[in-house]
Amino acid sequence: MTTLHIDWTACHGRGLCAELLPELLATDPWGYPIARTGGDVDVPAELHADAVTATKFCPRLALRLRAR
Amino acid sequence: MTTMDTRVQPRLLDAAAADLGEHHRGHGPIPWQGGVGRMIGELQSAGLTGRGGAGFPTWRKVAEVATAARAVVVANGAETEPGSRKDDTLLRRCPHLVLDGVQLLVEATGADEAYLYVKPGDAMASVRHALTERHGWDRVAVRVVAAPNRFVAGEESAVLAAIAGRPARPADKWLPVVHSGLRGRATLVQNVETCAHVAQIARNGARWFRGLGTRDEPGTMLVTVHGAVREVPIGIALSELVTGPVLVGGYHGAWLSSPAPHLSRAALAPFGAAPGAGVLHPLAPGRCGLVETAAITRYLAGESAGQCGPCRNGLPATAALLSALADRTAPPDAVHRLDHLTGLVVGRGACRHPDGTARLIRSTLTVFGDEVRLHLAGRCSR
Ligand SMILES: Cc1cc2nc3c(=O)[nH]c(=O)nc-3n(C[C@H](O)[C@H](O)[C@H](O)COP(=O)(O)O)c2cc1C
Ligand code: SF4
Ligand code: SF4
Repeated sequence: MTTLHIDWTACHGRGLCAELLPELLATDPWGYPIARTGGDVDVPAELHADAVTATKFCPRLALRLRAR
Repeated sequence: MTTMDTRVQPRLLDAAAADLGEHHRGHGPIPWQGGVGRMIGELQSAGLTGRGGAGFPTWRKVAEVATAARAVVVANGAETEPGSRKDDTLLRRCPHLVLDGVQLLVEATGADEAYLYVKPGDAMASVRHALTERHGWDRVAVRVVAAPNRFVAGEESAVLAAIAGRPARPADKWLPVVHSGLRGRATLVQNVETCAHVAQIARNGARWFRGLGTRDEPGTMLVTVHGAVREVPIGIALSELVTGPVLVGGYHGAWLSSPAPHLSRAALAPFGAAPGAGVLHPLAPGRCGLVETAAITRYLAGESAGQCGPCRNGLPATAALLSALADRTAPPDAVHRLDHLTGLVVGRGACRHPDGTARLIRSTLTVFGDEVRLHLAGRCSR
């Protein structure tokens, strides 16, 4: 199990990650990713690969995965 | 719960000393504990928690930082909370007590760098003067760093940014500062009052410390009421300090209606409140809680460091809506919208500024529920 950490000081809220990980992330009214679960986001094993993609494609390098 | 006496002998404020000579006569030399990690057990037995607002057990942070090779100790005297005077009072009256605590934390963590962060003014002058007296007394020289007078400048990662010469803005917490703080080094940030308690515990022991306060939250704490600073046992009845509705814990705190409980985390938790850094703002007679809180929320929104989207957007939106409610111009679904907005900002910033602001709004809507209904109907009871 991993968690997805968002660096809010870096994120510019274009919502690309929510498109890559719709199972886990939505966007708030301002375009920033919002976890469907709240806080750091739990990433189930079957979505791990998509989460890795999101961390790679985030234009601000605002996303990181943490092993738990 | 221990019986509370409001006239107990103050432990910090009575340790005032005009100079190092007087401090030495009253308290003796620094009670060195004999090496790295030696004080951790005593701090744990004492049950000391941080007095900067979050109330985290001090021994745990010390233990974490003590495992690192080259650690840094920072005494946080920023006191950026409007209406708080306790750290200023402590640093003006007992700078040597605080500085003894800093040295004991230096010893406990094996640190080789120490800083004291404080706004320019009398408190900073008092610390600087005290430091000139302490040559040969301190193990590690303490460098004084100026704190800007902005609300979030007292947050620990903002403190470290300021010490490193950058703007005092909070940073992302991918790694906690106890592991990676100043220049990547393990860093212990403690409030200056916490440092003073450390010195008192080293001198008098954990048993003595536990003689006041509650079993789970021992010791005394400094509080500021109407700008006046007092030292009280944790768990004191709030009715001993204030009457009527009161905002407990400062601007990131929560309103309580009048028959309020005791000043401790355990007693306040059911009300969604906490002692915080001990600031109590009673609602002035004849004032409207919504109008007061709207002004505070506008201030808090203006103090957002503007780095994190949910905080930068959500706090001004919240302040605007609460202001409309205070002005009796809010839409009928204002409460629902405020609930939604506060839900959107909680946990979504590099620091807890949005969380504290959300807590304030939620308690306002609960405690001033009757006023909210009146305001929505275009009236006000004040
Ligand atoms: C917005 C914000 C402002 C803060 N301001 C202060 C402050 O002025 N002084 C302080 O000691 N702690 C302040 N804190 C808490 C610090 O981040 C940190 O928890 C504290 O200095 C740790 O010391 P303690 O464990 O001894 O309380 C603030 C926290 C936040 C989120
Ligand atoms: S992709 Fe990166 S920058 Fe864009 S919204 Fe997601 S976290 Fe923010
Ligand atoms: S949450 Fe708000 S106050 Fe805290 S760092 Fe982000 S923008 Fe600044």
